[in-house]
Amino acid sequence: MIKLEKRPQPSKAWTYLTPLLAVALTMIVGGALFASLGKDPVVAIKTIFWEPLFSEFAFYYRPQLLVKGAPLVLIAIGLSLGFRAGIWNIGAEGQYIMGAIVGAGVGLAFYPMEAFYIFPLMVIAGALGGWIWAMIPAFLKVRFGTNEILVSLMLVYVAEQLLASASLGLLRNPDGHGFPGSRNLRDYASAHNGDLIANTGMHWGVVAALIAVIFAYVLLNRHMLGFHIRLTGEAPRAAKFAGVNPSRLILICLGASGALAGVAGLFEVSGPAGQVSIDFNVGYGFTAIIVAFLGRLHPVGILLAGALMALTYIGGEIAQSKLGLPAAAIQLFQGMLLFFLLTVDVLTNFRIRLAKREVA
Amino acid sequence: MDFSSINPVLLLASLIVAATPLLLAAIGELVVEKAGVLNLGVEGMMITGAICGFAIAVNTGSPVVGLLAAAVGGAVLSMLFALLTQYALANQVASGLALTLFGLGLSSLIGQGYQGVKPPSFPRFDIPVLSDIPFLGPVLFTQDFIVYLAFFLTLGVWAVLKYSRAGLILRAVGESHDAAHALGYKVVRIRVLAILFGGACAGMGGAYISLIRVPQWTEGMTAGIGWIALALVVFASWKPWRVLLGACLFGGINVLQLNLQAAGIAIPVEILAMSPYVITIVVLVIMSADRSRAPASLGKVFHAGS
Repeated sequence: MIKLEKRPQPSKAWTYLTPLLAVALTMIVGGALFASLGKDPVVAIKTIFWEPLFSEFAFYYRPQLLVKGAPLVLIAIGLSLGFRAGIWNIGAEGQYIMGAIVGAGVGLAFYPMEAFYIFPLMVIAGALGGWIWAMIPAFLKVRFGTNEILVSLMLVYVAEQLLASASLGLLRNPDGHGFPGSRNLRDYASAHNGDLIANTGMHWGVVAALIAVIFAYVLLNRHMLGFHIRLTGEAPRAAKFAGVNPSRLILICLGASGALAGVAGLFEVSGPAGQVSIDFNVGYGFTAIIVAFLGRLHPVGILLAGALMALTYIGGEIAQSKLGLPAAAIQLFQGMLLFFLLTVDVLTNFRIRLAKREVA
Repeated sequence: MDFSSINPVLLLASLIVAATPLLLAAIGELVVEKAGVLNLGVEGMMITGAICGFAIAVNTGSPVVGLLAAAVGGAVLSMLFALLTQYALANQVASGLALTLFGLGLSSLIGQGYQGVKPPSFPRFDIPVLSDIPFLGPVLFTQDFIVYLAFFLTLGVWAVLKYSRAGLILRAVGESHDAAHALGYKVVRIRVLAILFGGACAGMGGAYISLIRVPQWTEGMTAGIGWIALALVVFASWKPWRVLLGACLFGGINVLQLNLQAAGIAIPVEILAMSPYVITIVVLVIMSADRSRAPASLGKVFHAGS
C-alpha cells in the first residue's frame, strides 16, 4: 500500500525536476499515441523537438520560435500572478482578442496617416482593451463575489462574437472586395509590428515578453506586492492578518493579466497575423495556462516553458506536413503535458512511503 | 421581420431539446460538487462524450449503444481527474482545466473522418395517450427517451440526496471531509464514485448534442455548454429542481435567440449569439449574493494524514 506523507516544506529538488519528468513522461506516452496512429514514435518525437532547432531548415524555424513563444510568455506571466494568489483568470483568450480588436482599431483609425506615435498608441490601446475585458470579472468578483473562473471564460465566447462582428463590420477592409477581415497592417508602415532585425522573428512582442519576465521576477522577489501575492496563495489566513487587501489584489492580478494578454493580442495582429480576421486567434490564451503551470508559475520557468511550448507548435506543424500527424494529436500532446505535470507534482509536496495497510 | 414563423409548440419542444444536454451535465456536476469536488472539466468530458457516442453510434448503427459509449467515455476521462485530484492530490481547478484542454484535443483527434457523417437517428418515443393532449402533448410527450431519462435522473438525484442514507453520506463528505473520515466513511472512494457519475452524465449530455440536437460532428461543437452547466449548478444553489428550471431557462434563451436570428430580427446576429453567455454572467452575479448554500468542503484537498 502506497502512502503519502506530507513534506514539512515543498522539496526544492523536485520543484525543478517535476517539469522535466513531466516532459519525459509526455514524450513516452505521446510517442505511444503517435505509434497507435501508425507513425514511428521516435521519428515523430524527433521531428517535433529536434527538427525546428537543428535540421537544415532550422534557419526558417528558429525565428518562428520567438514569434510563437512571445505571446505565450506574455500571457502566461500575467496569468501566473493571479494563479499564485488563487485568482483564476482562464479567459485570457478573450482578453487577447479584445486587445487585438481595440489596438488594431486605434491603428486603423489613423489610416493612411504615417506617424511615429501610432504604434505606441496601439500598444496602449491593446493593453487597455485586454485590461477592461479582465476588469469585468475582477469588478464582479470584488463587488458581488461572483466566480471569476466562469465569468472570465464566458467572456471568451462574447469576445469571439465581437471579433466576428468587428471583422465583418466595423473594421472590415473597405478595399477588400467584401471579404471579411480588416486591412492588412503589414501594408501600413506606422502600424506594422515587423521584425526589429530582419528575419529573426524578433518583433516588439518578444521585447515586451522579456521585459515582462524581468518585471515579474523583480515584483515577486523584491517587492511588497509580490510578497502579498505569494503570501495570499500560500497562507491566506496569514495574509489576512498581515493586512493584505484581497480586493486590491484581485483587481491588480486580473488587470495585469488582462493587459498583458491584450498587448500580446495587439502584437500578434499587427505582426505575424497581420489583420483582424474571424479566426486570427489560435488559442494562445488557453495554451498559456499550460505554459504558466509548466513554468512553475515562476517568471524564468515560464520563459523556458514558453519556448518549449512554441517548439511543440512548430514541430507539430512540421510533423503535420511531413508525417501527416493530425493537428489534434499535437493539441492532445500539449494537454497531456499539463496532466503529467499535475500528477508528478505530488512528489514536490509529499513523500511516497510504502506502508502496511492499516485498518481504518 | 416575421414573428409568425415562430411556432410556439415547436419553440417549446426545441427548448426541451436544448435544455436536455445542459440538464444532464449539470445534474452530474451537482452530485460531484455535493461530494465536495469542483470538476471544471465538464466541457472536456462533454465533448469527449459527444465524439465517443457519435463514433460508436455510426459504427454500430445503434444510437443507444452510442449513448452508452458516451457515458463510458465521459466516465473514463473523469477517472483521470479522479486520479489526479483524489490520489495525486493535485489542485482541482488546474486539473479541471487540464481535463478540458485534454478532452478538446482528444475529441478532435478521434473525430477526424467523422465530419459530415450522418449518425443513425434516435427513435422518437411518443408516450401513448399523453402525446395526444393538445399543445402539451407534442411539447412534453413526443420527445426521445433521453429527455425522459434526464428528467428521471433529476428526480432520482433529488430523492437520493434528500431521503437516502447514501445521499446523506455524500453530503457529509462534501460538507466536512474530515468529520466524514473520522466517522469511518471512505472519503476518497465516495468522491471517486461521484466524479465518475458526473463524467458519465456529462458524456451523455455531449452525445445528446452530437446525436440528437445537431445531429452531426464538428470540432468544439459543445461551444461552452459545459461551462454554462457549471454556472447552472451555482445558479441552482446546488438544488436538483432548480437545475431543471435553470436548464429550461438557458435552453429557452438559446432557442429563442436562434429563432430570432432565423426570423431576421433587427438585432445583429453576433449580439444574439453572445446573449446566452452574457445572460449566464448576469445570472451568476445575481446568484452569487448567496454563497451559503455551497458545500463547505468544495474544492478543498483531502489528505487523511494531515
